[in-house]
Amino acid sequence: MNKQFITGAIVVIVILLGYGVMSRSDTNNDGSDAGSREKSIITVDGSSTVFPITEAVAEDFQKTDSLVNVTVGVSGTGGGFKKFCAGETHISDASRPIKSTEADACKASNIGYIELPVAYDGLAVMVHPKNTWVDSLTVTELKKIWEPGAQGKVLKWSDVRASWPNTELHLYGPGADSGTFDYFTEAIVGKEDSSRGDFTASEDDNVLVQGISNDQGALGFFGLAYYEQNKDKLKLVPVDDGKAENGAGAILPSRETVEGGTYQPLSRPIFIYVSQAAADREDVSRFVEYYLDQATKLVPQVGYITLPGNSYERARDKFKKRTVGSAFAGGSQVGVTIDHILDAR
Amino acid sequence: MNDIYRHQNEPWWVRRASGIDQVVRYAGVLSILFGVVVLVVLFGQALIEGFPRLQLEFFTSFPSRIASQAGILSAWVGTIWVIVLCALMAVPLGVMTALYLEEYSSRHLLSRILEINIANLAGVPSIIYGLLGLGLFVRLLALGRSVLAGAGTLALLILPIVILATREALRAVPHSLREGSYALGASRWQTIWHQVLPAAFPSILTGIILAVSRAVGETAPLIMIGALTYIAFLPQSVRDPFTVLPIQVFNWVSRPQQAFTANAAAGVVVLLGITLTINAVAIWLRHRYQQKI
Repeated sequence: MNKQFITGAIVVIVILLGYGVMSRSDTNNDGSDAGSREKSIITVDGSSTVFPITEAVAEDFQKTDSLVNVTVGVSGTGGGFKKFCAGETHISDASRPIKSTEADACKASNIGYIELPVAYDGLAVMVHPKNTWVDSLTVTELKKIWEPGAQGKVLKWSDVRASWPNTELHLYGPGADSGTFDYFTEAIVGKEDSSRGDFTASEDDNVLVQGISNDQGALGFFGLAYYEQNKDKLKLVPVDDGKAENGAGAILPSRETVEGGTYQPLSRPIFIYVSQAAADREDVSRFVEYYLDQATKLVPQVGYITLPGNSYERARDKFKKRTVGSAFAGGSQVGVTIDHILDAR
Repeated sequence: MNDIYRHQNEPWWVRRASGIDQVVRYAGVLSILFGVVVLVVLFGQALIEGFPRLQLEFFTSFPSRIASQAGILSAWVGTIWVIVLCALMAVPLGVMTALYLEEYSSRHLLSRILEINIANLAGVPSIIYGLLGLGLFVRLLALGRSVLAGAGTLALLILPIVILATREALRAVPHSLREGSYALGASRWQTIWHQVLPAAFPSILTGIILAVSRAVGETAPLIMIGALTYIAFLPQSVRDPFTVLPIQVFNWVSRPQQAFTANAAAGVVVLLGITLTINAVAIWLRHRYQQKI
């Protein structure tokens, strides 16, 4: 009986391994023949924030060239970089710059990348529509609410500003895996991923919309696009960063204030990272150029804000020159202008 | 309770027993109603919301940024690829395993350990199978994020269920049937092939189909192995990337634009439709074969 069983097990393992070896040799010669006009696949993965833009570009790109197939996955910015640095994808969607740990992983597997900003996203801070007392929040107050030390201490609105009522404060925000959370903590608390833990977290922003709209003591944040689709259920709070040089007083996020750089620090650029090796493929390079060409048309269609001035042309230049590396010293950084990203060597 | 059997002077314990009888009976009816009502409400709501989108184009278009033009072509084709392959892998393996454990293996320690393990595996959360699939199929066997890797992962997921269902079915075949066959000089395999399997077939089939309809709705393990969200072409071979219906629905639900909710609802209707159809086929097949034997 035992003999039969062991023989069976060995046969199964041999078949599986045999197939694995065969398929490994298959994948090795995929994609290197960019010159011939065969069907090819460009794989993109990463942030769910950038997904709608890449999806729109992919959709239109495939109408211009039916031989190139583009696939887009949603693994989150961090998950996307993990696959990107393992060489499994050609392009990575990212709602924050690459972190130094991720950059190290890429370096270890010898993967160079070209960092290209593709749009702006504003992070909206919202409360329940029946919340009458909040007319603005300063960055200091937001920090007081969200910093790790606030856990178990800042529990009522009156703990934030003495003149506000003694109502319970309930917090809502995206989960810790999202680039949105990374950026918000960097911009408000001052340290990436540093936040109190007692808030309702969801990777699905519609869940947050629902949470805030059903809770009179709610305060939450997520991408501006979700606010714009749910204006009747939420109240937008203007944010004051206490700096006069980029617009004095509390400023409401809008297309103008995000693009003009006055809604700070909660405006951020979002990116695609193109693998250097993949950029040498004719179809990938054509796709990236198409991406930057069509961005001004497609970015607003899916609810994001276009980059100012001639940024897209300069991004195309950066791509043509194949400028490798990140303009950021690892991870989210606040107040970095598009010019700075595009000038970086 | 029939009145003829009721005596005028029932002792108290008889009255109490018939009272409990009534309570259990109504509790049973309520339980059935609960399940049915939940299903009807769920299906009804999705149908009302998604009905305007259930046009032919919805089934023949690829996903799109424009909600009214988006369809589920790549999703439903992907689902069918994955499910068919998954069944092709899991069913022979599962049935053979169950046959060995039930008909061939003697009750020694190894088979006892195997039995306990299989029963435990049936209760492992699906996301764990996703991790296993990612490590085994996607990375180690380098299948990439292909239909084959997805089907393999789901096959692992439903394998314990298939094995358990098949074993139960085999156990339900009366022993006298086997002994009769042996008495006529049949070998073990002849007995299994001509007597045991035909008798157990309807129950095995029900188990398989219930397992497969569970696989249809799985999202977590497929997201884990990296099934895609946007894909505008159909798999040509088992090595191609894919997406499935639950992932497409999940993606639409999390979009900011309300218009995508209708798409998601329509996707839910299609998904429920597939599951209910599979279940209906199971019931029909069981009925048919039971009559034959």
